[in-house]
Amino acid sequence: MATLVLDDLRKSFGKTSVLHGVDLALVSGEMLVIVGASGCGKSTLLRLVAGLEEPSGGRIVLDGVDVAARDPADRDIAMVFQNYALYPHMSVFDNMAYGLRIRNMAKAEIGKRVAEAAALLELSHLLERKPRQLSGGQRQRVAMGRAIVRNPKLFLFDEPLSNLDATLRVTMRAEIRRLQRRMAVTSLYVTHDQVEAMTLGDRLLVLHQGRPVQLATPMEVFNRPANIYVAGFIGAPAMNLLPATLVADGAAARLTIGQTLHFVDGRRPGAEGRRLVIGIRPEHLNLDDDGFVLPVDLVEPLGSETVVIGKLEGGQMMTIKLPAAGVSDTSLRVAIPPTHIHVFDAESGLRLEPQ
Amino acid sequence: MRRIDWPAHVVLLLGVALFILPLWLVLAGSTQDSAAISRGELSLIPRLSGLHVYADILSQGSPGAGPVWRMLLVSGAMALTIAIGKIVISILSAYAVTFFRFPFRMAAFWTIFITLMLPVEVRIVPTYSVMSDLGLINTFPGLTIPLIASATATLLFRQTFLVIPDELVEAARMDGAGPWRFFKDILIPVSSSNLAALFVILFVYGWNQYLWPLLVATTPQLDTIVIGIVKMIGTETQTEWNRVMATAVLALLPPVAVVILMQRWFVRGLTDGEK
Repeated sequence: MATLVLDDLRKSFGKTSVLHGVDLALVSGEMLVIVGASGCGKSTLLRLVAGLEEPSGGRIVLDGVDVAARDPADRDIAMVFQNYALYPHMSVFDNMAYGLRIRNMAKAEIGKRVAEAAALLELSHLLERKPRQLSGGQRQRVAMGRAIVRNPKLFLFDEPLSNLDATLRVTMRAEIRRLQRRMAVTSLYVTHDQVEAMTLGDRLLVLHQGRPVQLATPMEVFNRPANIYVAGFIGAPAMNLLPATLVADGAAARLTIGQTLHFVDGRRPGAEGRRLVIGIRPEHLNLDDDGFVLPVDLVEPLGSETVVIGKLEGGQMMTIKLPAAGVSDTSLRVAIPPTHIHVFDAESGLRLEPQ
Repeated sequence: MRRIDWPAHVVLLLGVALFILPLWLVLAGSTQDSAAISRGELSLIPRLSGLHVYADILSQGSPGAGPVWRMLLVSGAMALTIAIGKIVISILSAYAVTFFRFPFRMAAFWTIFITLMLPVEVRIVPTYSVMSDLGLINTFPGLTIPLIASATATLLFRQTFLVIPDELVEAARMDGAGPWRFFKDILIPVSSSNLAALFVILFVYGWNQYLWPLLVATTPQLDTIVIGIVKMIGTETQTEWNRVMATAVLALLPPVAVVILMQRWFVRGLTDGEK
């Protein structure tokens, strides 16, 4: 159990700045997920905390102590790698025990810790095997075991599920969450997968081009995305983003496709004609006989629901998620419920709150 | 019923015959009368009564050369020293060049690389001069040390190390393994199959050295078996071909033994490896 504070953490490689200053505070036992597209700097951030890269500026404070200058081994941090990074020539037992042996722990204690971790991860019957004799999920567990036996202050996960197939990913996701809750170890989890981000994190940090964009609980990020990038990134299928302008007294937005949407939660600031982007999630769009006509481009039946991709005049694409199958594949009449819209400023990309 | 692919088998058998025949000639010839061989009457059937030639050459030697056991010893020691020396030096230099960031790292790498263009034959005169200045002519160190530095092995190890995933290195760092521990606990076991293969190649390379031993070691005590065979084929005396052939057979055995012995290792290494 430990707290982690990042204070204006920066990293540049040569002249290229990758992280432009990240501030973050993890409370003890918290699982924080760092999510972003590839190249946003999320892995770099994790590697800085691990000590595998040297920060260009800022502090990494673990349990009140600045560890930024310390060797990775002296930080009391364990990491689970994307490709597991198991030692191929060592048995499962030795893989887990290696770090403890280096720390000159007594043999009996090592045996006890490995046995406990193996029991927790259901690896007890595989301790003699070599990594190549294990399935992907089992290797993943060994990698977790190697982190657990160290009993570290902080867990780091670097996209640990991305090498697994889809079914296994779901199982392991739940397992990681359960384990982390049970052990209550403060954890940083990096992923580009928004489902993992939503399900695993106590809080999410969305990174975009080396800058933190939003730090909040998953539901908060989903319900009130801080800017257009987050709005489009979190949620599947992605939120529809429609260009619009503010009408006179700030009480409504006029979409370029024609509709006028009245804000139900209050006026937005700005002069008439201020350029806006209106976001509406595919699942919030309604079929409505009085709605506008949406020519259908593609229907994707998913079983429990159907995703319809339509193409409006002017080339604007629009996605709708409908609960039922058997929808028309030529055109639909669609209405945008004003209760569910997100309003963003087109210039800055930021969310516009009511006045 | 399985059908036999006759043409393939014929070609393979021909190939085998092609390889076996010279060896068989030497083996058969070694047991025959020297005078008969000289007359060109080389029988393909070994003469069992002629087998004593092996005992003779091992213990007594031949006209112009010492006993073969000493040559085998010298050759064996030389090949082992060269192979092990090359492996130790090149694995360490490859480790340094691949895993550490230090000033002039690439310069160091390219310097090693460039020496590939200077094989023993090219630098033989300066090397001889250096060995002579150091007083190492006609000594065992003089025989082996100049052959130890090896760019080829360094490059091969570097390639092996380059494919080791960064994450494995980082996992070891997180586990607290220092450079030396990582080298010993992870790197060497992971590249053991390459190590075995390289050992075989380098051992055979060392065993077959001819030019350098010829120059640097003129005393009969340091005759390698390759030099020994040449010395037996005298010009002034009558060459005892059966002895020459028997020595050739004995000269073949150690490299074959090394290959067979190490084969187990690198085949295991190949099936064991997880790359």
